[in-house]
Formats: sequence, structure tokens, C-alpha cells
Amino acid sequence: MLTELEKKVVASLQGNIPVTQRPFLELAESIGISEDKYLMIVEELNESGIIRRFGATLKHQKSGFKANAMVAWKVEEDRVQEVGRIMASFQEVTHCYRRNPAPTWPYNVYTMVHAGDKATCRAIAATIAQRVAVDDYTLLFSEKELKKTSMKYFT
Amino acid sequence: MAKIDETDKKIINRIQTFFPIDPRPYAVIAEELGLTEDEVIQRVQNLKRDGIIRRIGGNFGPYKLGFFSTLCAAHVPEDKVSKFTDVVNGYPGVTHNYMRNHKYNIWFTFIAESMSIIEQNLAEISERTGVTDILNLPATDLFKISANFKVK
Repeated sequence: MLTELEKKVVASLQGNIPVTQRPFLELAESIGISEDKYLMIVEELNESGIIRRFGATLKHQKSGFKANAMVAWKVEEDRVQEVGRIMASFQEVTHCYRRNPAPTWPYNVYTMVHAGDKATCRAIAATIAQRVAVDDYTLLFSEKELKKTSMKYFT
Repeated sequence: MAKIDETDKKIINRIQTFFPIDPRPYAVIAEELGLTEDEVIQRVQNLKRDGIIRRIGGNFGPYKLGFFSTLCAAHVPEDKVSKFTDVVNGYPGVTHNYMRNHKYNIWFTFIAESMSIIEQNLAEISERTGVTDILNLPATDLFKISANFKVK
């Protein structure tokens, strides 16, 4: 489990890092520790994988990826590991998970596909389908973003 | 879309992952890219101002922090979508919510300190909105998660 100090550092990193010469000095001061100590903790959180990704998040619509499709796949359970790994190897696939199916929802593998338009999303899904030999799948396009935030932990 | 040039693209591609953990991170980037620290700071400020960069910071996976996460899909009749969205979005643990083209038309992620809290909240949402067909689809295997986009 994280220490109280580590939790404070996590909380301070989940907003916006200042775009100034000494951003970590400002963040360190905001929680009352030295810059050295702060950087040491960030390094540890990074190496232990607690920080999943450290850097800039882009606004996708403004960087040319206008369509995103969630593709839900019905994959035979004994092929899920193999298929999941192949799907994950596609550059256009940003997320790939297995989830339990439900009685009214038979799909068990999910990929997020980002592309310039819907037709390209469909083409990518078709390519993946052929490659993994899975033909039962459905594309769910996002028609409207209703909420998009980052989780705020330890606040 | 605001105009971005080749140098902006290099900076964007450099700072999406492995932001330098260094007292002068922008100087580290500047050195790698053959720019000055001031220029990198100025350009990153502009990219944020123009909304190309949404934020710069740490991204945390819920599991390593002791939290649980799930994906939920709800079948919401059209006349209830607005009310349902207001109720669901009111939970701080709901971080993403999209309307999608399917009978299950509202898809949202839910993060909380335990799965039972999530289940309680979903039951509460059903009670408050009258929407009872809500799937709770926690991930069992993770094959890939990456939010990097090469800007060409």
C-alpha cells in the first residue's frame, strides 16, 4: 500500500504539471517537501508501474483521429489469450481487454480502434477479424461524449 | 485546428510518454530535440492554450492504487437519456461516458475502492432513474492499454 506521502505525490501529479522551468519544484512545494525528495518518489512510483503513463494527453479530435469505435468480439474462450495478443499488436488498437459476457450480451473481448473516419474503423475491424478468424463482432461508434475526465485519487 | 509545425509534432511525440523526471524536464526535451528550453516551454504552452495538449501529468491505473474499475453498458429509453446521463455523471467515479449506436446506448466507466461499492452505486442508479438493464463488465484480462498517438 502507498504511504501518506506517496498518496500526496500521486494526488499532485494527477492534475496539470506546470509548464515552467522547474515544474517539480512547484509541485514539491505545494505538498511541503523538497524537490529532490519529490523527484525520488516520482521515480519510484514510475518504476513500480504505479504511474501507468507519464506525459501529455492529447485532445484526439484535434490531432486527426475523428472516429473511435469500440469493437466487441465473441471469441471462443480457449482462444482468448492468443486472439487478445494478436489484436493488441495492431497499431490502431489502443485498448484490448477480455471481459465476462452477460446473458444479454455475448461478447467477451473488446478493442478500441481510433481512425480518421468510421469507414476506416470498419476496415480495420475487418482486417483484424480476418487475421484472428473471428467473425462474430459488433462496432459501437461513439455518437456523443457525455463525460470525459481523469479519476481523482486521494483527494 | 490550430496550425502545428514539424517542431510541434516532434515535441508532442516526445512528451506523450516518459516525460523526463528531472529538475529541468523541458531542458532535457530541448537537448534531445536540438531546441532551447525557452522554445520548448513556449511551444508546449501554446499547444495547451490551443487545446492540442489536453493535460500533462501522471496517469494512474486503478488496480495498483487499490481501486477497482469496470465498464458498464445501459439500455436507456430515449426519453430517459438526459436524466440518466445527469445522474450517472454525478458520480465522481464515472470518468468516461459515451452514447453509442446500439440497444445498449450508454457506456460508462466506473472506478471505486471496491467492486461492492460499484455494485451498490449501480443499484442506486437503477433506483433513481428506473433504468434496470445495466451490464457490469469488469475486465478479467488486459492485453493492451495505450493512449499514444503518433502525430504524422
